[in-house]
Amino acid sequence: MPRTLLLIGTRKGAFFLESDDRKTWELRGPFCEGWPVYHLIHDAKSGAVYAAAASEWHGQAVWRSQDLGETWTHSSEGIAYDADAGRKISKVSTLAVSDGRLLVGVEAPGVFESRDEGHTWSLLSTLAGQPGSEQWDDPSNQPPGHLGISALMFDRENADRFWAIVQGVGLFETTDYAQSWTPRNRGLRADWPREHEEVGFCVHKLVRSSADGDRMYQQNHVGMHRSDDAGQTWTEITEGLPTEFGFAAATHPHDRDTFYVIPLDPGHGRTMPDGHAAVWRTRDAGSSWQRLDSGLPQRDAYVGVLREAMAVDAEDAPGLYFGTSTGQVFASKDEGDTWTQIADYLPPISSVEVAAIE
Amino acid sequence: MANVHLPSTLGPLFPGLPRHLDVQAATVHQVIDHLEREWPGIRDRLCEPGPTLRSHIHVYVNRERAKLDTPVAEQSRVDVIAAISGG
Repeated sequence: MPRTLLLIGTRKGAFFLESDDRKTWELRGPFCEGWPVYHLIHDAKSGAVYAAAASEWHGQAVWRSQDLGETWTHSSEGIAYDADAGRKISKVSTLAVSDGRLLVGVEAPGVFESRDEGHTWSLLSTLAGQPGSEQWDDPSNQPPGHLGISALMFDRENADRFWAIVQGVGLFETTDYAQSWTPRNRGLRADWPREHEEVGFCVHKLVRSSADGDRMYQQNHVGMHRSDDAGQTWTEITEGLPTEFGFAAATHPHDRDTFYVIPLDPGHGRTMPDGHAAVWRTRDAGSSWQRLDSGLPQRDAYVGVLREAMAVDAEDAPGLYFGTSTGQVFASKDEGDTWTQIADYLPPISSVEVAAIE
Repeated sequence: MANVHLPSTLGPLFPGLPRHLDVQAATVHQVIDHLEREWPGIRDRLCEPGPTLRSHIHVYVNRERAKLDTPVAEQSRVDVIAAISGG
């Protein structure tokens, strides 16, 4: 069995949790000099780890380690809009890598690419001209927490194809490496007025089945949704969940119909309902849901879990992991049936990714 | 030469960067140009596109608040401060 590496991005730097058996975990860090880390990923092909981080004092950068955290460098060379463009970058929010292409999503909304492992960057797209784009450059229209491009996801087979979430606007797909875009929000629910037919949806988290590329799920501001055609149309599957709101979501690596979410109170508290921690699982693509709380705090646990803070590994018996807004990391080795706390007292956790290290 | 004092938060980002150094420069901008030549990338940690100083980076020349075009003279003291803020 490979060594399991959890990459933890927090409000005060990055941390690694490592294990040879997924029972005993060793913590390393903090890395990235205590900068807020919004997303931390591992490139299985090159072995590099990348962190999207933004210091309130020193600005935004992508940090890189090619020796699993022993040493780090950082660069923002090229991650900037023209000074006369009227747009500024407040943070680098999300990362994706495929086939030597490293992407970072930023706020104000845009996607930058690096072809040299994060040393230098260039603007790939601002999704200009897409419906809603006339609004998202206006700072007064930014939602709280303004992440801009809140997520990027490559197609596994075709590096010219990827999806981008514009926070508070919706999901977009490109099949020609950002030369053109198509909104992918058909069938989603929105409980507010919208100016455009195809956008104005608040997509929190998009995940895609490893077992079937046409199967996607998303946690939305209002409801859980499933797609059976790679995002072209969506069907709501919220019924049976305690709330329609949440951020984190994960798919089972071997079963297209199994999917995990962590419902939160939809008010501005955004913690697990009733102070009772639970992950919810469907094994039938959303027709029914099971509450999974064995080993999780059963009372007075007012914890939140953010959009990138749940991950699943690819072992035969998949492990699930999530990190909380109060600095705990929980793990399950039995597909969510039981949970164990594997770290505590970390800073508020923004992201959890898992890598298998041979 | 101007005597430049840098914040402790920069040192870990740029190996070999001292807290204090002497720089031949006529303006704050030229001080940062000098630093950028020696430690590539440091400009992005101090300035935004424009360029302007980042909002939480304060520079003082002889204890007077300065901008990028503020003159720097021989024997000037230049303090670069990461603002006391945050949580």
